[in-house]
Amino acid sequence: MTDIAIDIQDLRKTYGDLVALEGLSLAIAPGEVFGLLGPDGAGKTTTMRLLAGILAPSDGSARVLGMDVFREADGLKRRIGYMPQRFALYGDLTVAENLLFFANIYSVSRAERLKREAELLAFSRLEPFRDRLAMHLSGGMKQKLALACTLMHTPEVLFLDEPTTGVDPVSRREFWRILYTLVNQGVTLFLSTPYMDEAERCTRVAMLNRGRLVRCGTPGELKAGMRGMMLEVIADPMREAKARLTALPGVHDVQTFGERLHVRLDTADAEAAVTAALDGLTLVSLRRIAPGLEDVFNALASGEGPS
Amino acid sequence: MMLRTWMIMWKEFRQIARDPRMLTVVVALPTFMILLYGYAINLDVRDVRMAVYDQSRSRQSRELVDAFARSGYFHIIAYPEDDREVTALLDGGRARMVLIIPVRFARRLADGDTAPVQILVDGADSTTASTALGYVAGIVQEYSSRVALVTVYRAGLTMRGAWKPVENRTRYWYNPELRSNNFTIPGLIAVILMVLSALLTSVTVVRERERGTIEGLLVSPVRPMELMLGKLAPYVLIAFGDVLLVMAISSAVFHVPLVGSPALVLALAGIFVIAVLGIGLLISTVAPTQQLAMVAAVMATQLPTVLLSGFIFPISSMPKAIQLLSNILPATHFIRILRGIFLKGNDLAILWQPALVLAAIAVAMVLLSANRFRRTL
Repeated sequence: MTDIAIDIQDLRKTYGDLVALEGLSLAIAPGEVFGLLGPDGAGKTTTMRLLAGILAPSDGSARVLGMDVFREADGLKRRIGYMPQRFALYGDLTVAENLLFFANIYSVSRAERLKREAELLAFSRLEPFRDRLAMHLSGGMKQKLALACTLMHTPEVLFLDEPTTGVDPVSRREFWRILYTLVNQGVTLFLSTPYMDEAERCTRVAMLNRGRLVRCGTPGELKAGMRGMMLEVIADPMREAKARLTALPGVHDVQTFGERLHVRLDTADAEAAVTAALDGLTLVSLRRIAPGLEDVFNALASGEGPS
Repeated sequence: MMLRTWMIMWKEFRQIARDPRMLTVVVALPTFMILLYGYAINLDVRDVRMAVYDQSRSRQSRELVDAFARSGYFHIIAYPEDDREVTALLDGGRARMVLIIPVRFARRLADGDTAPVQILVDGADSTTASTALGYVAGIVQEYSSRVALVTVYRAGLTMRGAWKPVENRTRYWYNPELRSNNFTIPGLIAVILMVLSALLTSVTVVRERERGTIEGLLVSPVRPMELMLGKLAPYVLIAFGDVLLVMAISSAVFHVPLVGSPALVLALAGIFVIAVLGIGLLISTVAPTQQLAMVAAVMATQLPTVLLSGFIFPISSMPKAIQLLSNILPATHFIRILRGIFLKGNDLAILWQPALVLAAIAVAMVLLSANRFRRTL
């Protein structure tokens, strides 16, 4: 086995004039949990499909486990798993039937299948629902079933396209519990997510925006690489506070998180400047915070290039 | 590999079994079509409404009218008294034909002269008109020779039996009573199976694309040919069930005789449905949506089959270019097979050619479908 699980070289996908993915290059080591982050339309699903070998690249190449994902797809298919964003199981088959179907089209032996099925049903807590039609499962259970189907043939590299989108927080936590077990077994994970808290769980994160890679690194590196400092401000009225802070010199951007404002700025005496700016308003709280990935992402999405 | 093909087939079967609409399409549609078309498409000309303007009012004229009434082909609905009434009957369409027997009819017969009678036929419906005229000629001929015989006998000349200088004795082989059902129903079986089979497979691949389940198949080791064969197999069984269904109805309801080998009919019907299911499959692999696929399946099968397969209109009277087109339709060959086996009792020694063409179409369609199947999104 090579020391690079996923090797992406200048991968490009265009639809006519529309550039869905612009020259992406990444190298992912075995056992990594690699996150692809970006807003809708950033090119996450395109990347996923290209890597799963079901979309022809316009240019560039990608190798998974040393094999070209498009040209050597037949040899690779048995060793990778791909879970599409859209629910892609058979709704009119039961949980157990879906598992049986996917095990058999991957030629999993009977003994192995029974073992995996018992494991995965227990793992995903779907055992009580094994005879239920997949279309009658809740959103979270559907995703767990989709994952279980993808895992029947024990893939070495797993591609998950927004696996927890539309899933309730409890199910999400459970889903991640399953993913960590896989990582402990040595599986390489490549997943896309719109959730920053999920991105924080990754070993490394790539941020995509409008088809371009804007930043790649560990969550810590990305946060450390951000210019300026972060202040959390709670003031009343919030709208007025936001307007004043946005106008303040040295402020890069102001983001709203519920009733809190995250202000990123480059000023010598930041706290004093902010306090002065909010004169006349009720300042409930003001403190320095460590930037989260969301702050990094917002900074990048608001037009600032890599520093 | 066998297992993957088998799994696709197994999955399809489960899905079909859980789809209640499928049962309607598979059972109700062919039953409805064969009953509707079987009764509606009847080329027999019977009970032609006719009127008789008998100016002669003689024993002889009544004998002639009787001959018409007894034939079973005509139904006498009126006895007009003058020309105006005659015209009104034909104009209004109440009568399709009027028999006018002149005043001097009996007189002329008695004198040994030729006694003309006039037949007015509504030529607007040319098919009925020409068929009816055929019957008229027969009836008049028959009556005429009887009169001749009686006259000769009365003149004192005796002959052994009823002497006719030449008599044609026509016998219709294969369909002695010329029942049009015996001709149309085998064709109808082909038309129904054609439309139904193409419809069955037309959505199976495009549905996977529409529902997104294609992604799971594309990333899996399933190969296009495995997918095609796995998709085809369940429908071959279903379509074969429909073969049995429509054949049972044709013999139970329409009394179409099966002279030849039932086993041969079923075997060749099997090849035919595979060919047509293949056409549906090909449509399904290239169609962008399920709806379009279904429309395309019906368009590609129903009209061409009804018009060009020799179902009703003889292929020999079509222009050469159209004949070529007709020969690429599976139904054309299957109709030849069905008529051959049902009515004539043909065996494979005679029908090997259309059978071979059907087999070739079947293989070509499946290969083409697998070839056209896009392995990417």
